[in-house]
Amino acid sequence: MTATTRNRGDGRLALVFLAPALVGFGVFYLYPAARGAWFSMTDWNMLSEPGFVGLDNYERLVADPLFWNALKVTGAYVLMSVAVQMGVGLLLAAVLHRLTRSLLIRTLLVVPWLVPGVTTALLWMWLLDANLGFVNHLLVGMGQPNQGFLTSPDLALPSVSLINSWSGTGYTALLLYAGMLLIPRQIYEASAIDGAGELRLFFGVTLPLLRPILAFVLVVSLISAVQLFDTVAVATNPAGGPVNATRVIYFYIYQRAFTNFQMGYASAMALTLVLILGVLTFIQMRLLRASTSDLS
Amino acid sequence: MKRALLVLALLAAGCGGGQTASSGKTTLTYGLWDDIQQPAYQKCADAFTAANPDISIKITQHAWDQYWQNLTTQMVAGGAPDVITMQASYYPQFVANGQLMDLQPMVDADKVDLTIYRPGLAESWVKEGKRYGLPKDWDTMAIIYNQTLADQAGVDLTNLTWNPADGGTFEKAIARLTVDKNGKRGDEAGFDKTKVNVHGIVPELNDGSLGQNSWGNLAVSNGFSYIDKNPFGTKYFYDSPELAETVAWFRRLIEKGYAAPYDKTSSLGTDAVLNSGKGALGMTGSWMITTYLGSTEQKFAFAPLPTGPQGRKSAFNGLADVIYAGTKHKDAAWKWVKFLGSAACQDIVAESAVVFPAVTTSSDKALKAHEAAGRDVKLFVDQADDADGTYLLPVSDHGDQINEIVGTALEEVWLGNKDAQTSLTAANTQVNALFGTG
Repeated sequence: MTATTRNRGDGRLALVFLAPALVGFGVFYLYPAARGAWFSMTDWNMLSEPGFVGLDNYERLVADPLFWNALKVTGAYVLMSVAVQMGVGLLLAAVLHRLTRSLLIRTLLVVPWLVPGVTTALLWMWLLDANLGFVNHLLVGMGQPNQGFLTSPDLALPSVSLINSWSGTGYTALLLYAGMLLIPRQIYEASAIDGAGELRLFFGVTLPLLRPILAFVLVVSLISAVQLFDTVAVATNPAGGPVNATRVIYFYIYQRAFTNFQMGYASAMALTLVLILGVLTFIQMRLLRASTSDLS
Repeated sequence: MKRALLVLALLAAGCGGGQTASSGKTTLTYGLWDDIQQPAYQKCADAFTAANPDISIKITQHAWDQYWQNLTTQMVAGGAPDVITMQASYYPQFVANGQLMDLQPMVDADKVDLTIYRPGLAESWVKEGKRYGLPKDWDTMAIIYNQTLADQAGVDLTNLTWNPADGGTFEKAIARLTVDKNGKRGDEAGFDKTKVNVHGIVPELNDGSLGQNSWGNLAVSNGFSYIDKNPFGTKYFYDSPELAETVAWFRRLIEKGYAAPYDKTSSLGTDAVLNSGKGALGMTGSWMITTYLGSTEQKFAFAPLPTGPQGRKSAFNGLADVIYAGTKHKDAAWKWVKFLGSAACQDIVAESAVVFPAVTTSSDKALKAHEAAGRDVKLFVDQADDADGTYLLPVSDHGDQINEIVGTALEEVWLGNKDAQTSLTAANTQVNALFGTG
């Protein structure tokens, strides 16, 4: 059997195996995306027939202060939550990797992540409530003034980001831990013989060899952070407030589409967001050389 | 992928479950948001099916926040409930998009008597000669207070006065009801406004562009009017000094420590704070009667709103039943709406004593049912009966956007970032620009 015939045969077979995924991709991603692109050039309000308006929606977007505010808020949220999740996640993963490999602890780590987002948001909304919440009860008990964790413009976004870090860090840690398991033990042993301590091992061995995994986790958590929606919708009041302080881009798109019925404008924003995310991902992958590993 | 296919299969299965049952029987769907009212309307539905055996009613209930979003999505998909419970500020956008059926021809053909309803209710559902709903119930506003705390403070709340300058006896009562951690009251020397245990008032400041549960009533009693024509005016007056004065007064309550700072206000709702005993009074509507008077944690009572410079003014709001334009059972839907709007059904609703029905005689029965249950709520009816005592909440196009613009502008005031007149004037310009009347 020559190389060429084998390739052709595999190609056909591959297509058969890929078909289900391709159909799904086409029906649930490609087709809605194409429709979205069309809607972004119409004034569709979901109830009457869409009319073509050219690039009007994009012009409006450039001049909309709330759109830029939403991008700014989203950016701040992404920075905060990715920093906390990666930082704490890395620490937890390193501890798991070097100290204990207990299955129980690994399982406990992902428990918050298993709680549905809305439940998490409700739980923390009650705990952090300015007047009746348990956390403020403790604060006041210690002689401190109560805090509007989710109701003050300064605290709302950091609170939302910490709530989501609480639920997401365990999962991030688990991904990083799995990455660390791929690093051969001999390297650690050799380095230890050469006299490297735990800190040196972490910065000299673990981090560099983890780079492709780090890049992957970074991209994934960045994208999921941009997709923040449920915590804002549930835990802030008025949702997205106070005074736009937590109106992240996903929530803003949702509001325009389903509260104001401006589906055309919402589609334009969604498409712009796809573009921004694509560019960000490309830059990250490039900078971190994610497709190559130093192990090989 | 497997999951996607499964979803597809489920969707297909879901679509199979049709609206019409077999053998000429019609099943109507009826959309409702209040779970407390659902049992009463189920009784109506049972009575209706008993009289019309070929039509059965299926009630679908979704909480307020999800209700409107579900409704829109269902309309996009062409499968909204045949008959829908509608609120005045939401209906213009559905009318604008042709989603509601004009009932006027049927009202004319069946000679429906519209005088059985409390005056003013039926007319708010008419736009350009077309009638979109039959009235269902109404509500007015009052002060809700903690009886125990009021007795301790020795304040009488039954006939309060109010003005935006010094707040009248209303502000005096609020000050008296406020208690700091040392037990000093808000009107006593040495009151520490930074450490308040019980706030005199729990104002519902996060209340959109209507202020139905707070500033709206007092602003109107101060001479404020929302809009040039109601329903369907095209010019708002959010820049009026009467409103700004009222809003500034509410802000001063925060500064004086009588109300919790806006950024430290509970998001769990006025009723949760009042129930915890950390607040003494608030403003609420008649739809909350059973929630408050049924409380097991505190003893609550109602008092009339304070009398302002222009008298005592309460928001007056009503719901209606409307027919979805895409319904496949137009005649059956009309029969059901006609029954819902009749004294027969509204008497059934009255017996459960949750809301005040729109039909005047049924409303009287609801009051009697409340009194039989030991609830003193006559003041809501008195307020509605007072010809000068109520105002209709503004109904216009762009309600959703106005809500957002004015709501945000007010938040800036509550937080102390902007002064009332500046913030509201800017918001009013934005609002009127929506109508091209800025």
